[in-house]
Order: sequence, then structure tokens, then C-alpha cells
Amino acid sequence: MIKVNNLTKAYGTATVLNIGGLEIPRGQSFGLVGNNGAGKTTFFSLLLDLIQPTTGEIINNEVQVNTSEAWKPFTAAFIDETFLIGYLTPEEYFYFIGELRGQNKADVDRMLAAFEDFFHGEILGQKKYLRDLSKGNQKKAGIIAAFIGNPEVIILDEPFANLDPTTQIRLKQIIKDLVKTNNVTVLVSSHDLTHVTEVCERIVVLNKGEVVKDIQTSKETLKELEAFFAS
Amino acid sequence: MFKHFISLQWKSFSRSASFKTNIWIKILMIFGALYMLGMFLLMGIGVYFGIERAGLGDPLIIVNRFMLYYWVVDLLFRYAMQKMPITNIKPLLYLPFNKSEIVHFSLGKTIVSFFNWGAAFFFIPFSIVLLVEGYNSVGVIGWYLGIMAIRYSNNFINVLANNKDIVFYPFVTVMAILGACQYYNVFDITLYTAPFFESLYHTPWIAILPWAVLVGLYFTAYSYFKKHMYLDAGLSVKQSEAKTEDLSWLNRFGNLGTFLKNDLRLIKRNKRSKTSVIMSFFFIFYGLLFFTGAVEMYDGPVWKIFAGIFVTGGFLFSFGQFVPSWDSAYYPLMMSQNIQYKDYLRSKWYLIVIATTISTILGSAYLYFGWDAYLAVIVGGIFNIGVNSYVVLWGGAYIKTPIDLTSNKKAFGDKQSFNAKTLLLTLPKIVLPLFLYGVGHYLINPTAGYIFVALAGVLGLAFRNFAFRKIEKIYKREKYKTLAAYKQKA
Repeated sequence: MIKVNNLTKAYGTATVLNIGGLEIPRGQSFGLVGNNGAGKTTFFSLLLDLIQPTTGEIINNEVQVNTSEAWKPFTAAFIDETFLIGYLTPEEYFYFIGELRGQNKADVDRMLAAFEDFFHGEILGQKKYLRDLSKGNQKKAGIIAAFIGNPEVIILDEPFANLDPTTQIRLKQIIKDLVKTNNVTVLVSSHDLTHVTEVCERIVVLNKGEVVKDIQTSKETLKELEAFFAS
Repeated sequence: MFKHFISLQWKSFSRSASFKTNIWIKILMIFGALYMLGMFLLMGIGVYFGIERAGLGDPLIIVNRFMLYYWVVDLLFRYAMQKMPITNIKPLLYLPFNKSEIVHFSLGKTIVSFFNWGAAFFFIPFSIVLLVEGYNSVGVIGWYLGIMAIRYSNNFINVLANNKDIVFYPFVTVMAILGACQYYNVFDITLYTAPFFESLYHTPWIAILPWAVLVGLYFTAYSYFKKHMYLDAGLSVKQSEAKTEDLSWLNRFGNLGTFLKNDLRLIKRNKRSKTSVIMSFFFIFYGLLFFTGAVEMYDGPVWKIFAGIFVTGGFLFSFGQFVPSWDSAYYPLMMSQNIQYKDYLRSKWYLIVIATTISTILGSAYLYFGWDAYLAVIVGGIFNIGVNSYVVLWGGAYIKTPIDLTSNKKAFGDKQSFNAKTLLLTLPKIVLPLFLYGVGHYLINPTAGYIFVALAGVLGLAFRNFAFRKIEKIYKREKYKTLAAYKQKA
């Protein structure tokens, strides 16, 4: 689904990302871990064509991301609060995203109904604009918006941070279901090793912009990762 | 401990984003400030002689008569513009400072606000003129100190009254009615208030009274803030209840409707954009300066077109100018969602065109000044739609300053308007139509002038797709720079 070739990103003389080759097959749940400054958000920003690669390219479903816009219809993401429109209510925001993705109001309503548990009664019908919601609730809205319109690739940057334990557990289940039933490719980054190992079939560790580990998740993975980050 | 506060304050001032502009804008800002102060100074000196020459009587008595209205207007301005001192307190709350010190400092901070010392540039020269003209010096000093205390009292009244619209607007209404009564000679409130200001001069020790009031107000404000120094009380940010409105009638425009809906909400729900659109409405009256002959300089025939451009282009200049910065807070979303640049730009263009059409229709009122004026408005509207709408979008590609939608700061004049490229792009917006008209007017006749300008607009419309392709290309090229710039919050 996603192919990365000789991708580098440099600011001045400092190279912040350098990935020689990486291939993520369709329907994989892909986890990205690494310390601050390892290049996780840089990689995701490159995937969304928000920054330009210094060299190399990313191919998303046969579309070269930095030259064509054709990846947009099947790719969705929630990176940070700049993906929210603060002056809309959550409902208006969902309908807006829905309309951009060819979903009418009824489609979006049906889809949202499935996430009632996840929202925990704190998102819909609150008479609040997104900008007035708490950080955690904003995040919930942003993550669910990324699921609208059956995208084939979903990119979530640190989705577990700021969420309450109940929501974290529900989100893990949602991601697993998406991969299993809809064959969606999900890319997740996280600082929480337990969550990633639980959700992702494959985990890539970035360190100072380079891939240092590429693991198919197994029972030993959590230990292995902990050992790596402890040293 | 105050040392810490003052150094923090200085840093927040000297490191604020608006100061990080380039040297030329700083110089311009300094000149602007000096100009304002100079005007105040001149007014302070000029008022005395102006009143004397007009033969209205003793200048001090006249000034005292209107002092009541000065007081109200000053209060009004403060209420609308002066910021509360409580911002930026949050990070200090849990640090080992005494609460009382924090409150004293925040209140003290307001004393150095421009609202307090700005007017001194009027009152000090005025008092000096009084002294030179042989008024009793003790009296003048008493008068000045009294007025000064009243001005500072306003400062704390405003601090206390902040956000209490229920108290404030009735008060303003009453004062406005009193003012009207005086104007129509029904009832003159100043007959009752002027003696007080007079007495400040005749019996200077009365100045103690306003000072006592000032001290009282200060301590009321102090105890009020000390009691409410909690995140969920005095420091909470007001949230407005969200109102959803049904804009589904816009759905028939397909993709375009989606964006238009969003833009309408953007305008309605954010302070900054609302101010801009209200401002754009007042552009309509700009033409009065031209067609009534109020300003002599504007009497040349070419200036009619200038008026036409501005009368119909209010929205274009105040809102359109800042596309795409209106979406700066969520630009990454717009860039990664399923949106083609073409659709995004087209929706903004339609918004500008609709608003310009409305302005042009409202501008029909200029028919009152004859066909000539009306034609200028119509032709200006056509040019705005056909040419300026593209130029404005084109210029937007180079605007890299994010807009903070929730704050009204900088709504009046932004440094981004000084951006060299956007400045250059104002040339075709204003000079080109003037030039086209001038060519027609002087070489053939006025009608030819109008036809030339309108023709440019029609041609622009005809080449719409071509123009959009070009603009889209520029936006794509500038995309990454824009994204990076919007990331740095203003």
C-alpha cells in the first residue's frame, strides 16, 4: 500500500529523517515508536504532503504523494489540533468532513452511532464549539473524523495521549476492528509501548531519523522494546 | 519580587510577535505613535485659543462643561478596547508569590496603559496654557490633579465593570439620551456637573475627593480580584453556547456549498472575521467623500473610479485580502483532506463575488448623486469581480501570517499588509482601473473611460479558468512555506 524510497528530510545540514526503504502492505496495522525528535511526526507530515522531502519519495497506493493529489480521497489523518476547525460544533465538523468525502448527513449519522460508546456522551449534542471542548474530547472528535468516508489509509499521531483509560481501551479495539474487518491500513505512532504492541502487527523504531528496528509483533516484543529504550 | 514581575512584563512586551517585524515597520509604527502624540499636544494647546477666538467664553469653563461627556467617552473606549489585567496570571498562581502581590501588580500594570497616560498629552499642555494665560496656579494644579484622579478612576471602574453588559449599556444609553437632550435644549445635565469641575479650580483642596474615590475604587478592585483569583471564577474564559444553524439550502451548490457553509460560519462565529465584515460594510459610505465634493482633492474625474472600486470592494479588501489566512488555524487539515485546491479557491472567489455584488446593489443609492456616480459604482463593481477578485487571491498566496480568529487585536491594520509582494499587488487593484479610465476619459470621452474599465472586468471573467489555473499553481508552489509559517503562532 505504502512504499518509501530513499526518503530523507534535512533542515540545513541536520538530517531529521532518513529512511532507505520501507513497505507497508495493505491492511497492516503499523506502529511507529521513538523518542522525541526521532522523526515520527516528520514522517507522517511527509506522508500527508505537509512538508517536502529533501530526497526520495513516498508512494501511497501507486500515487506519488508529493507530485499528485490523488492520494487524498482514500487517506485520512489526525495529527494534532490543527486538524480541527475550532468554530464548528463536533456535528458540523463531522458533516463537513463527510461532505468532503462524499458522505451525506445520514451516512455520517449512521457511522457516528457506532461510536456512541467511544464518545461517552461528551461530544455530540453538547452545544459547544470544538475550541471549547477539553483536550481529550477534541482528540476523540478528531480521531473519529479520520474514520469518516471509509478511507483505506488512516494515520494517527499519538492517538492515545490525552485520552482517559476507558477511551484508550475502546480505541485499541476500534483500530483492531478496522484492520480486521475493513482491511484498512492504519499507521499509529505512540510513546506508550504497551498500547502499540497490543494494537500493531508490526512495529518500527525510529532513532534520530533512522529505522533501527522493524519487528513483527509477538509476545516478546514489549520486552525487546523496553530493553531497547532502557539502554 | 516585583523585580521578577517587571522583568516578565518587559519580556512579554519586547518579545511579542508584533514587535518581531522588520525595522521599517517598527519605524513606521514609531512615526505613527509620534504623530498621534503630536496631534494630542497640538489639540491641548489649540483648544484654548480656539475657544477664545470663537468667542465662546472662558475656555476653562467650556472645557469643564463638556468634561462629563469626555468622561463617558473615555469610559466607553476603555470598555471596548482596554484589555483586562488578568491575562498571563495563570502560570504565576502556584509559584511562591503572595496572592496580594500578584493582584497589586496586575492592577498596577493597568496604570501604565496607553489609555491612562495618552490623555495627559492633552491635559498637560492645556494646563500649561492656562498657567501662561495667568490663571491661578494653585487652582490649575488642583484642577489637573482632580481630572487625573477621575481618569484613573475610570481605569478601575472599567476593570470592575468588565463584561457586565447589563450595567454598562443602560448607563451608556442614559448618557446618550442626556446628550441628545442637551443638544435639543430640552435639559442640560452639564449645568449640574460643570460646577463640580469648576470647584476643582476655585477650591483646589476639593481634588482630594476624586483621589479618595480613586483609592476606594482601587481597593474595591483589589479585593474583588483577590477573592476571584481562581481558574473557575475570575480567570475563567467566557464560553458562548454553540448555536447550530441549518445551512443545508447551500447543499445544492455541491462541493462549493460545503465550503460556503464553512465560510459563513467562520464569519459569524469569530470575532476577528466579524469585525472585518462589519468594517467592509462601512466602505460603502466611502463614496460620500467623493460624490458630495467633501474633499477637494478627490474632485478630479479619475477619482470617481477610485470611489467606485472602494464602495463595491469593501469585502474584497477587508476579507478577501486575507485569504487563505482565515483558515490558518486548520490549514494542515485543508491540505490533507479530500480537497482540490481549485475547489477551495473557487469557493473563496464566489464568496467575494457574492459580497461584491451585494455591495454594488447597495451602492445603487449613489444614483442620488446622478448617473455619473452610479456608473462609477457599477463599473467599479465589474472591475472588482472580473479583475480584483483574482488579484486578491493571487496576493493571498504570499500572505504568511496566521490569523488568530478569536482575538480582535490587529483587526485594524495588520503588518501583513506591509508585505512587499502584497503591497506591489495593490497596484493593479487600484491604479490599473484609474489608469484605464484616465486613458479613455482624456483621449476619447468619459463614456469610453467607463467602457474601458468595465471591459477589463468582463475580459477577466472570460478568462476565469485560465486565471484559476495560474493562481492554483502559485498556491501549490507556496503551500509548504505557508504551512510552515502558519505553524508559528502569532
